[in-house]
Amino acid sequence: MEAILKSALPILILVVEALVLLVVALLHVAYTTYAERKVIGHMQQRIGPNRVGPRGLLQPIADVLKLLTKEDIVPLGADRSLFYLAPLISLVAGATSLSVIPVWDKFVLANVNVGLLVILALSSLSSYGVILSGWASNSRYAFLGGLRASAQVISYEVAMALSLVGVMLMAGSMNLAEIVRAQTATPFKIYAIPQIVGFFVFMVSAIAETNRVPFDLPEAETELVAGYFVEYSGIRFGLFYLAEYFGMVVMSAVAVTCFLGGWAGPFEVPGIPFFWFLVKLYALLFFYIWVRATLPRYRYDQLMGLGWKILIPLSLANILVTGLLKLWV
Amino acid sequence: MAPKVEIVQRQFGHPEWEEPFVVNMGPQHPSTHGVLRLYLELDGESVVRCDPRIGYLHRGLEKLSENLTYTQAMVLTDRLDYISSAANNVGYCLAVEKLMGLEVPRRARLLRTIVCEMARISSHLLWLATHALDIGAMTVFLYCFRDREWLLDIYEKICGARLTVSYARVGGVRLDFTQEIVDELYRFTEEFPGRITDYETLIDINRIWLKRTKGIAVVPPEKALNMGLTGPSLRGSGIPYDVRKFKPYDAYDEVEFEVPVGKNGDTYDRYRVRMEELRQANRIIRQCLDKLPETEGEPVIAEGAPDLLMPEKKKVPEAAPHPKRGFLIKGAEVPVVPPGEVYVSIEAPKGELGYYIVSDGSGKPWRVRVRAPSFVHISAIPEMIKGHMVADIIAVIGTLDVVLGECDR
Repeated sequence: MEAILKSALPILILVVEALVLLVVALLHVAYTTYAERKVIGHMQQRIGPNRVGPRGLLQPIADVLKLLTKEDIVPLGADRSLFYLAPLISLVAGATSLSVIPVWDKFVLANVNVGLLVILALSSLSSYGVILSGWASNSRYAFLGGLRASAQVISYEVAMALSLVGVMLMAGSMNLAEIVRAQTATPFKIYAIPQIVGFFVFMVSAIAETNRVPFDLPEAETELVAGYFVEYSGIRFGLFYLAEYFGMVVMSAVAVTCFLGGWAGPFEVPGIPFFWFLVKLYALLFFYIWVRATLPRYRYDQLMGLGWKILIPLSLANILVTGLLKLWV
Repeated sequence: MAPKVEIVQRQFGHPEWEEPFVVNMGPQHPSTHGVLRLYLELDGESVVRCDPRIGYLHRGLEKLSENLTYTQAMVLTDRLDYISSAANNVGYCLAVEKLMGLEVPRRARLLRTIVCEMARISSHLLWLATHALDIGAMTVFLYCFRDREWLLDIYEKICGARLTVSYARVGGVRLDFTQEIVDELYRFTEEFPGRITDYETLIDINRIWLKRTKGIAVVPPEKALNMGLTGPSLRGSGIPYDVRKFKPYDAYDEVEFEVPVGKNGDTYDRYRVRMEELRQANRIIRQCLDKLPETEGEPVIAEGAPDLLMPEKKKVPEAAPHPKRGFLIKGAEVPVVPPGEVYVSIEAPKGELGYYIVSDGSGKPWRVRVRAPSFVHISAIPEMIKGHMVADIIAVIGTLDVVLGECDR
């Protein structure tokens, strides 16, 4: 009996840890939507949500409740099973990526040695949700959105992976916690300075990867109405929404870990080991929101041109330079 | 420049005929500016065929006016281009005045010029807001609406209505400006040029904005003339045609202003032309305001102006204090307009807005025909979209600045 308990205990702890992480991440996602509406509101000289709860703080919860109670419509010509599956793929892939991110030194849910590869794999997987939903809806707009998404994800996935190769070369590891430790050992403490090109390429492709302005072509509201999720309603629509913000949080967390020194900061904050991680994460999320309020949208062919003609050559050159420096210095 | 698509016409039944990928864009679509429906055949992202289908907002305004007196029918013109209703009113009143041979007092002419230019500013602001939003710049939208709100508030002070103002009257205007309105307008003209600079800093040299607008939907000057484009859409191609300069009406011959023209005839040039027009409109308002004190105390409606006759109601209100501007005078004579026909056009914010009225000598127009710029501009969409992509369609609709209320009438 005792032996069983002893062997079950680590699993139990893991489950609890996973639940805590998921709940905290969900809260972050929910309040990212709130922060986005508030921040953009102030940037556009309006107030933003302020009706539900004090200063509108309960708005995300009200939104979720509303979406849960809405009718879940499935179009007549849709491929039902794929239609149901697609939002789940997007959401699960986004949420699972969180497990390999080191929030602080002692807290990594899954300390795998190929953490970066896991993240890249899962982010490609999440685009299946987008493509499948576009296909399964049997709608012209959704189909166009799905097509755009697949083309965009393929080209920007390449740029993003290549931009991370520089980090891998410098750290000599793909374990995210190891990358952070290797960073703090360098003179600059963060990789964003020696890997400035990689950081730039990563941030641009991360925005494209999460389908945000100015690369929100798959859902381009003014062209394709809502793109791939135009036929979705109720909580399934909500799941796509959640997946988008999960993507934002995950991509920002990866950027924090790989380029901005993870949990390490200029000084230790007693009692809150993840303080600097969160500060950097929020700063990057703010950057996402800021970009959304500022920039217009690219056209499809211009987006492809940017990806293949500028970002991929840049990151390739970055790899070459990093490798040569590593070899000689 | 988007890659050119070779358009191959393969009829149904031809061995190489393939079913095209058809998208019906609109009438329920967030960026077709109302109820425009575009029948699109796509090849991937490129547009092979574009066919505008209109008529979803047809209310029969021209026919309706045949059963109303001249003064009553003016209210219908508000509903043409509902974004710049003041300019529509003025155009209609000019036509009827020409039929009746009325001379409008100078003060009324100045007031009309002011409200016309206010309409131009509010129309261009709405255009800039939606055009930028269509291309993805979200913040410009709300900045523009903030300032348009200010103008609408001034309209409300002038005549009580915000959108469908019906401010002009045959022979003048309905009410004189109070000092409060004049002060408010001075404040507006003082502050507005700074606001225009604000919008320009948001998008003017933004690389994405330039990429999305430069070289898109290029219209050479001859083609623009052949397609019948007018207003800023024509001036963007470099032709300085402006009714306000060529055939001045109201007080436009008294004020100084420039007619901005573009060079390349692309979407970016048309954007620049409209931005410049905002400045000129502001300048015109300012000059008119400065001239207003010279006409202090003059009447704002001509002596022989016809009374306004409203449909009979069960409850008859008291007679209005001034018979010329009142709302109901029971048993008032229906004005008799001499027989004849007249065509008058004005420079509305969207282009040349013309009214063709035939009178048979009775109190009601025999025929009213509106030459609506939006109608002509929509017919230019297929030509302008040739060889472009789906994303450019909305840029083209935006750059032509069409309003379906005016197109369908």
